Amino acid sequence: MSAATDTVVPEAPVITAAGYWTGVLKRFSRDPVAVTCAVIVLLLILSAVFAPYLGLDDPYKASMIKRLKPIGYPGFPLGTDEQGRDMLSRLIYGGRLTLFVGLVPVVLAFFIGSAFGLVAGYAGGRINALIMRTVDVFFAFPSVLLAIAISSALGAGIVNSLVSLTIVFIPPIARVAESATASVRALDYIDAARASGGGALTIIRVHIIGNVLGPIFVYATSLTSVCMILAAGLSFLGIGVRPPEPEWGLMLNTLRTAIYVNPWVAALPGLMIFITSLCLNLLSDGLRSAMNVKD
Amino acid sequence: MFTYLVRRLIYVLPVAIGVSIICFLLVHIAPGDPLTAIMPVDATAEEQAAMRSAYGLDKPLPVQYAIWIGKAAMGDLGKSIATGRPVADEVFAAVRNSLLLAFSASVIAFPIGLFLGFLAGYFRDTIFDRLVTAIAITGVSVPNYWLGIVLVIIFSVQLGWLPSMGAGPGGSGEWTWDYAHVRHLILPAVTLAVVPIGIVARTVRALVGDIFSMDFVQALYAKGLRHSDVLRHVVRNAAPTALSVMGLQLGYLLGGSILIETVFNWPGSGFLLSNAIFQRDLPLLQGTILILSLFFVGMNLIVDVAQAAIDPRIKRS
Repeated sequence: MSAATDTVVPEAPVITAAGYWTGVLKRFSRDPVAVTCAVIVLLLILSAVFAPYLGLDDPYKASMIKRLKPIGYPGFPLGTDEQGRDMLSRLIYGGRLTLFVGLVPVVLAFFIGSAFGLVAGYAGGRINALIMRTVDVFFAFPSVLLAIAISSALGAGIVNSLVSLTIVFIPPIARVAESATASVRALDYIDAARASGGGALTIIRVHIIGNVLGPIFVYATSLTSVCMILAAGLSFLGIGVRPPEPEWGLMLNTLRTAIYVNPWVAALPGLMIFITSLCLNLLSDGLRSAMNVKD
Repeated sequence: MFTYLVRRLIYVLPVAIGVSIICFLLVHIAPGDPLTAIMPVDATAEEQAAMRSAYGLDKPLPVQYAIWIGKAAMGDLGKSIATGRPVADEVFAAVRNSLLLAFSASVIAFPIGLFLGFLAGYFRDTIFDRLVTAIAITGVSVPNYWLGIVLVIIFSVQLGWLPSMGAGPGGSGEWTWDYAHVRHLILPAVTLAVVPIGIVARTVRALVGDIFSMDFVQALYAKGLRHSDVLRHVVRNAAPTALSVMGLQLGYLLGGSILIETVFNWPGSGFLLSNAIFQRDLPLLQGTILILSLFFVGMNLIVDVAQAAIDPRIKRS
């Protein structure tokens, strides 16, 4: 045995590098506001999804004699609307369409906008110019105006609302995706990957997506509240969801005539929109700081 | 500065053309024939064909666009189907009322937003900062069409202090700056101001907070400058960005007041637009959207140029 082998080699300290997502979860769970908002949003979504199993009154059942009853009326904890339908039931059922039309466009726009942004940011040159100048044109419209313009051209209806809102949110997401991609694209390791023969798709998939998806995702979550307000706004204007479906924006509109009779019942659907949008905003802010994303 | 201006103008032209193409296409993405809105249901095939060529709808799309944009450039946006009046007249009368509303909302929103944002950025991480942050996030989260209804419930229905509808005592007559008219302006302007208050306060807070943590502020103190002089430097640094946010918000207010105008029956462009939607008055719809979006493009241009004029860092890049 040689002396060399006798020397005790200190064992290398085991570094259990906590994963990025573990850290995000940890930071997020320490943010009471964000957690509260996450719980509220989750409850709203769950109650909307499972509305038929909650033992509520039929949200479509009208009653001529029980119209516009106040909050706390026996049998109708939140009163009734202008057709005598149970407000509690309609508000919970209303969450189904409102949340659906309010959230799905952002999800769709997230995928489509990210794809455009990734391609534009990676390809650069003419492809970038073509995509980004088109995006600029859509940016030239205030979002409310663009949503209303497309929705009114297409006509009322759930699918048309989804289409118009998705179109509204693709450009901003594409812009964020493009600038994130372009800044990663300029880093040396991408050149190294290219030099070692990586194709464009491989580089995007392996080296870029992981680095840009976080910021794009956080940005997309910050759009959900605007999208909710816009979606309900379209229904409020009569170019979104059609009656007699329960939907918060539409309910707010049909109850407008009731503000002289039963003002606080008339304000309830809007309150739901407000609570949801506030929680979505705070949730997005919490995610942003938990994921360490800077503007 | 001049080259910057020219470059910016060259850039804005294709955007404006793109905007006009989208406005033009709006009518054509509408399901069904654009004619169905105009023609009686029992119109014969010949009558339809005659109407089609009268409106130029039998020509290829690019030709139709060229004709439409050519006329639009001369101030002719066609005639409203519902009223038969020139679209341009209707739109400009309405835009004037919308501008009045948007400016009034800005006058309310910008000083409040700047004040709150500056103080929050200055007293970072204090109770005051948290309070302003809470106000700001409430402001950007509230559906303002609902807020308008709530304000009507409180101030018109319950208290009876302010009118809830229209732009004047006689419905929608000529606007004059007297007590009776201004009373009508208060509720819609306040409602419209809430979102920009939130956005301006939020932006300025972040901006001022960042600037205070920059090295040059330390250097100024080290140099022995008085506190008020350091503040002057900070304000000058924050001004260009704050200005551009406010400019953009003014543009958004004009385009975004549609819902508020509907709530308050304010005779502006949004109100015109929602009427156009219900009557499927496509020329009116097209014209209103074109004017509003071109106004927004122009507003962005002004903001950029103004920002470059006061911020020497931009011209160099």
